[in-house]
Amino acid sequence: MDFVKPTIEYAELAPLLIVLGGACLGVAVEAFLPRSPRRTVQLVLTSVVLLAAFATTIWVATDLAEVAGGAARGLLTAEGTIVVDGPTVFLWGLVLLLSLGGVALFAERRVEGGVSAFAGQAAALPGTEAEREASTRGWEHTEVYPLLLFAVGGMMLFPASNDLLTMFVALEVLSLPLYLLTGLARRRRLLSQEAALKYFLLGAFSSGFFLYGAALVYGFAGSMQFTAIAEAVRNDTGNQALLLVGMGLLAVGLLFKVGAAPFQGWTPDVYQGAPTAVTAFMSAATKVAAFGALLRLFYVAFGSDRWSWQPMMWAVAILTMVVGAVVAVSQTDVKRMLAYSSVAHTGFILTGVLGVQGAGELADGQITSLQAVLFYLAAYGVATLGAFAVVTLVRDSNGEATHFDRWAGLGKRSPWLAGAFGLYLLSMAGIPLTAGFVGKWAVFTVAMSAGAWPVVLTAIASSIVAIFFYVRYIRIMFFTEPHAGTPAGEVASVTTPSLLTSATIAAGVLATVVIGVVPGPVLDLAARAGDFIR
Amino acid sequence: MSDLPWLSLLIGVPLVGAVVVAALPRAELAKLAALLISVVTLGLGVAVALQHELRGGMQLTETHDWISAFGVHYALGVDGLSLLMVLLTVVLVPIVLAYSWTHDEDAQAGSGGSPRAFFAWALALEALSLAVFLATDVFLFYVVFEATLIPAYFLIGGFGKAGRGAAAVKFLMFQLGGGLVLLGSVIGLYVVSAQAGEPSYLHSDLAALDMSTSAERWILAGFLIAFVVKAPLFPLHTWLADTTEKATPGTSVLLVCVLDKIGTYGMLRFCLELFPEASQWATPLVVTLALISIVYGALLAIGQDDLLRLVGLTSLSHFGFITLGIFAFSSQGQSGAILYMVNHGLGTAALFLTAGHVIARRGTSSISRMGGMEKLAPVLAGFFLLAGLATLSLPGLSPFVSELLVIIAAFDYHWWVGAIAVTGIVLAAIYVLSMYQRVMTGPGPLAADDAADDAAGEHLEDPAHREPAGHGAAGGGATGTATATRTEAAVTTPAAARDLRPHEVAVLTPLVVGLVLFGFFPMPLFDVANPYVEDLMARVDVDDDAPAVPPGTTVEHEAAGEGAH
Repeated sequence: MDFVKPTIEYAELAPLLIVLGGACLGVAVEAFLPRSPRRTVQLVLTSVVLLAAFATTIWVATDLAEVAGGAARGLLTAEGTIVVDGPTVFLWGLVLLLSLGGVALFAERRVEGGVSAFAGQAAALPGTEAEREASTRGWEHTEVYPLLLFAVGGMMLFPASNDLLTMFVALEVLSLPLYLLTGLARRRRLLSQEAALKYFLLGAFSSGFFLYGAALVYGFAGSMQFTAIAEAVRNDTGNQALLLVGMGLLAVGLLFKVGAAPFQGWTPDVYQGAPTAVTAFMSAATKVAAFGALLRLFYVAFGSDRWSWQPMMWAVAILTMVVGAVVAVSQTDVKRMLAYSSVAHTGFILTGVLGVQGAGELADGQITSLQAVLFYLAAYGVATLGAFAVVTLVRDSNGEATHFDRWAGLGKRSPWLAGAFGLYLLSMAGIPLTAGFVGKWAVFTVAMSAGAWPVVLTAIASSIVAIFFYVRYIRIMFFTEPHAGTPAGEVASVTTPSLLTSATIAAGVLATVVIGVVPGPVLDLAARAGDFIR
Repeated sequence: MSDLPWLSLLIGVPLVGAVVVAALPRAELAKLAALLISVVTLGLGVAVALQHELRGGMQLTETHDWISAFGVHYALGVDGLSLLMVLLTVVLVPIVLAYSWTHDEDAQAGSGGSPRAFFAWALALEALSLAVFLATDVFLFYVVFEATLIPAYFLIGGFGKAGRGAAAVKFLMFQLGGGLVLLGSVIGLYVVSAQAGEPSYLHSDLAALDMSTSAERWILAGFLIAFVVKAPLFPLHTWLADTTEKATPGTSVLLVCVLDKIGTYGMLRFCLELFPEASQWATPLVVTLALISIVYGALLAIGQDDLLRLVGLTSLSHFGFITLGIFAFSSQGQSGAILYMVNHGLGTAALFLTAGHVIARRGTSSISRMGGMEKLAPVLAGFFLLAGLATLSLPGLSPFVSELLVIIAAFDYHWWVGAIAVTGIVLAAIYVLSMYQRVMTGPGPLAADDAADDAAGEHLEDPAHREPAGHGAAGGGATGTATATRTEAAVTTPAAARDLRPHEVAVLTPLVVGLVLFGFFPMPLFDVANPYVEDLMARVDVDDDAPAVPPGTTVEHEAAGEGAH
């Protein structure tokens, strides 16, 4: 058997390689540099890597060749295992931008009084002498930066993978660092570690489902490649049962990652337990990456069999929206509320996913489901990152004050920050002139065009429920006084952050308003991304 | 002159003004700036009106692509209907601001909201409301329709009595709920429009669209639900009374007299113009709801003890009349409804503001604790009576003309519809006159001991209700709040005895002048409204000859109707 040297398109894969290379470099920095300069070096390295990757992403995007008569742009790389096409580069850009915000939040030290939000020494048991020592010496884990880069690398590979194995590898590369990061909180460490363990166990379980599904689909199609699977589905060869069961198991793996019901159980605990900076990064970027992968798997590999999976998506979307919106109403913790709201948003995005239609069924200039989902991801990612960034700043004497009552009257004490949080909530609620509204409109429209009116009606009903808990928060912040007689330490106040967090929040506000008022450019960008390469 | 983007300017000036006012350092300066900006906006509104050509259809149009991927345009235009609504808005806002100038210390005492914020939000609300009335793109309409709720929410939640936060949430939940149902319909329109070719949200494109009957009916249902919440009509009216009770009178004027008009405006502009057949199909239901609203609103108003709640509920009755006129599908009904929208704006604004004056002097909004104002404040009593009489449509005041037309149209539609609507007039007389009697006449607030016992009893029952009254009185300068309402001696305290001051009279005068002027000489309003109504009747393809009525009779009816104005 001849060994043929694989051809790797280094130029097109440059953003991915830069991020993964940067992550390895970060590990080396950890190993060889003394403790004191590490944070600065890591911060600079990570930011430079992400910026460089973003710049090369733009360069790649402008350079993509048109294929399939202009309907799509891009090429298959790395022997057909990775696709660099329009949607891929769009998602890459989005993930990289959100990660930049994540890095800024990771590096914030002023709000904790000079230390980061991460445990001084993760290996030290909570409540022991070792922990106290780590704390008094002001140690911090700078490994979080390379971990973030690895996660970003996985997130970039995830929606770009063109076969099931690559997709599985990407899933693990993105998940493992997140499990670790979740357990690294400086405060409330037991809660954080419990969350990490829960996330890990459930995540490993869902990976198993994914792998089993991949095996079954391989049994059906005789190939891991999406193109070959699509071919087999079209020709309807092989055992239908294998295909359907495999498809379902693959869906379980991916729906777990996006946090769709009935696989949403981990979301509130993990979002609450993880350091808020990690939650911000994870909730925004993971969702983008996982939805990218979901879209590619179902549109490309199973696209011609959409009558089989659309009913399942209908059921999942309806369930997810209802569970997310209804359970969020009874939450009294801001992080849990945002977690359930993210579940509801997963349902809204799924509404867009199931709104796929054949090219022939769309009118000239009509919005496509891919375009709608990509836009929604951008709008949602920005808002959720910003909202969690705000949560890191609202503190009392015990650290972050995430309980509902503590936020009373925040609008009077810090109108700007409360205003920013209010804007993020309004965007999530889908009030016009914010990015969230346009996103909601887009996904509802594509679903309606595809005839999924029951899903759209449910979506509208759950939006009404969702508005209730968002608006209640605005009311708490602006129109409620803290209970008289509450000790000063019990009322949350806003800690002045360094430029890093402020810039993230400000950029998020700006993006939310600008995309909301002038959504044209982002929509056009999503439209220009074209279709997936099949 | 006409190449100037007049309508964008009309929207832009108050919008930019709101930002400027919010940024100004001193409250007095901010108030002055806000009043100036609203007067400039009034000037712009008048300029637009002067350029208006009767029978000119949509004028001063501006159309730019906004979100081309959605077929959405930034498209504005003004015709007879929108012109009247725009004028109503630009006239009422300076009046509200001038009123709030002196009232903010009363109404906002203890609320913590800064007067600057009130003036800025009011201007923002004006800008967005104007945009609603001027939008000729359904998507743009939807966006500003929803966006008006944000300033409204902060106006209700930030200023007024205790419990306003809950009222604001209730208001927003109802409105956004209706708005989301509307979103479903707006999306449906896109789908229908995309199926017919290139998607577009322009009103003119959509009006030309040929929709299937079921699609038209479903989409209409969404629009109607949203507008029924907005207007409001039974059974989606419950937010109205709570909101007007808790909010300041100034806010209530903006909400009820301007913002709620969007509901009836939308019924004309969108339901009737875009879905004429489906609208006729829905007529029985809407007419029933309108009739229930007329009677039920009036009955509720009779039973109220809170002055502002009462005034709010009279509007429920009035919106019933407006809707009835719109859905009677005759030219008298349509013209009457359009005039009613203007007249109701003037009359209810006058009533809210005079009620605000009364409450500021009494330190309570509870009618049972008032009485005897007439002797102490005759000028205020006069204004209050006039506003009340306008509300019950006394001949000679402008609401009479519109109400008469609507009732004619109702009888034309069906005799029993007219018969039920007429009871609204009787009930209006009851609630207005009994309100006047209880507030203004009599021996003074709670003269006897048993009244004091009543008040004490209420103390126990409803302490939360008692508290806001205390705020108001303290701000107004009355000394002891509890004693002020309990003994007759308190009536002689300076704050309670003060009649309207000259500048307060000046603020109310334009409203009263409008009410009397259009009562005797409504022709200017008809000149603007009638061409629109003719176009609309042609579009919905309805003649005034209803099949049930012999042709000859209808002509006489019309003649009678014309004679009445």
